[in-house]
Amino acid sequence: MERKTPLYDVHVEEGGKIVPFAGYLLPVQYATGIIAEHEAVRTKVGLFDVSHMGEVLFTGPGALATINHLFTNDYTDMPIGRVRYGVMCNERGGCIDDLIVYKFGEEEYFVVVNASNREKDVAHMEANLLPDTTFEDLSDGIAELALQGPRSKEVLAKLCATEQLPQRYYTAVRHVDIAGIDCMVSRTGYTGEFGYELYCTPAEAPALWHALREAGEEFGLIPCGLGARDTLRLEASMPLYGHEMDEDTTPLEAGLQLGVRMGKDEFIGRDAILAAGEPARVRVGLKAKGRGILREHMDVYAGEKLVGQTTSGTFAPHLKCAIAMARIDVAQAEVGTELEVEVRGRRVAATVVPMPFYKHA
Amino acid sequence: MPTIPEELSYTASHEWVLNEDGVYTIGLTDFAQDALGDLVFVNLPEEGDEVVAGEAFADVESVKAVSDVFSPVTGVVAEINEELLDAPESINEDPYDAWFVRVNEVTEVGDLLDAEAYAALCEQEA
Repeated sequence: MERKTPLYDVHVEEGGKIVPFAGYLLPVQYATGIIAEHEAVRTKVGLFDVSHMGEVLFTGPGALATINHLFTNDYTDMPIGRVRYGVMCNERGGCIDDLIVYKFGEEEYFVVVNASNREKDVAHMEANLLPDTTFEDLSDGIAELALQGPRSKEVLAKLCATEQLPQRYYTAVRHVDIAGIDCMVSRTGYTGEFGYELYCTPAEAPALWHALREAGEEFGLIPCGLGARDTLRLEASMPLYGHEMDEDTTPLEAGLQLGVRMGKDEFIGRDAILAAGEPARVRVGLKAKGRGILREHMDVYAGEKLVGQTTSGTFAPHLKCAIAMARIDVAQAEVGTELEVEVRGRRVAATVVPMPFYKHA
Repeated sequence: MPTIPEELSYTASHEWVLNEDGVYTIGLTDFAQDALGDLVFVNLPEEGDEVVAGEAFADVESVKAVSDVFSPVTGVVAEINEELLDAPESINEDPYDAWFVRVNEVTEVGDLLDAEAYAALCEQEA
């Protein structure tokens, strides 16, 4: 039985096409369609319900040591109010999940995880707590909205004092009064565009949604569903759990070096990642030259040689071409390499291109 | 409510068919394009290819997924709408103008619905 986010009724009212996703009933798109929603985020502003995401909290004198033990990134010396990406690995070096950590205080770390992984994440975290650490799963008490697009700040300016907002990318402010609602706000997102994520209580989420919708109208704000969320993150080359990474892929094979600090004394999975050495395959971006849409799990060839597989693919609505991310043998991974992707029995020419495919101005 | 022109015939798999003196023009219905969402790619057969009633002869891709398009008749492809290849969005914009193929030498016609029966089917599936 799928669960509903606190905004379920709002999505139905807004004309959302509801589908089951990660155990929740969520809109894949609204009446405007994925392409219009995608373009709204790239050129104006879009509003997403991401309340399905999981949130957990580590507190106490052992909290920092615990997250440094559990996650691949280094959270030592992180200033309060900063946000930092990371991966949680198993002993084999495979990815259990990827996540972002918010530092609220010297002994207080708030972590956002993928909805589909929440239960296994919580079990793994609870089983690996270091002493003097308190752990709580806050997911059911928190709603999350993402306001993304170049005009997001103008929307919020109508509802709050903008000097209260987080000013830099990957920073957060714990209490901002937005339309009378107490929100935690961060300059984060999963679209590759300027924007914010807003956390509030489930009870206040519909009022926050309506306030943003109304304030955003003059800037062209439209509600956006899971479909646009996926095409936007792919165009921005952002990894998605279950696609670019899974429990049998190390974060290095998934191309997540930026979130892995091998120089740290230890973290779960570090020894296995070290023992595996340089990965034989790496994550690359592909752009189709021939006719056809690249999708996930398609074989990639250099001539007759199988050299890898796509992990995500779509028609990129803003770039107006077919793109994919793939894990490819190192020897074929250089930008400019000409490859072929097998698209349902047909070979489609594709070129290795730099990532991100799209970067905002 | 989807648009369902009276003069066309329909399949249960949401293709429309127009028979003009034994030449069958085939496309996707308004209900189908709405359910599929923004279309971004079309794959068509070639002229001279044989199509079989009830079997896939083309496919369309939305941003999210691939879907087959099924032939309502058995026959030979006489003409394809090449404009669709460069403008798949025209299927969303005007599904009854955006025909896929014209088929002649038809030897079998599958089960077709009239507009009224097709409207009832759409209502059930909506």
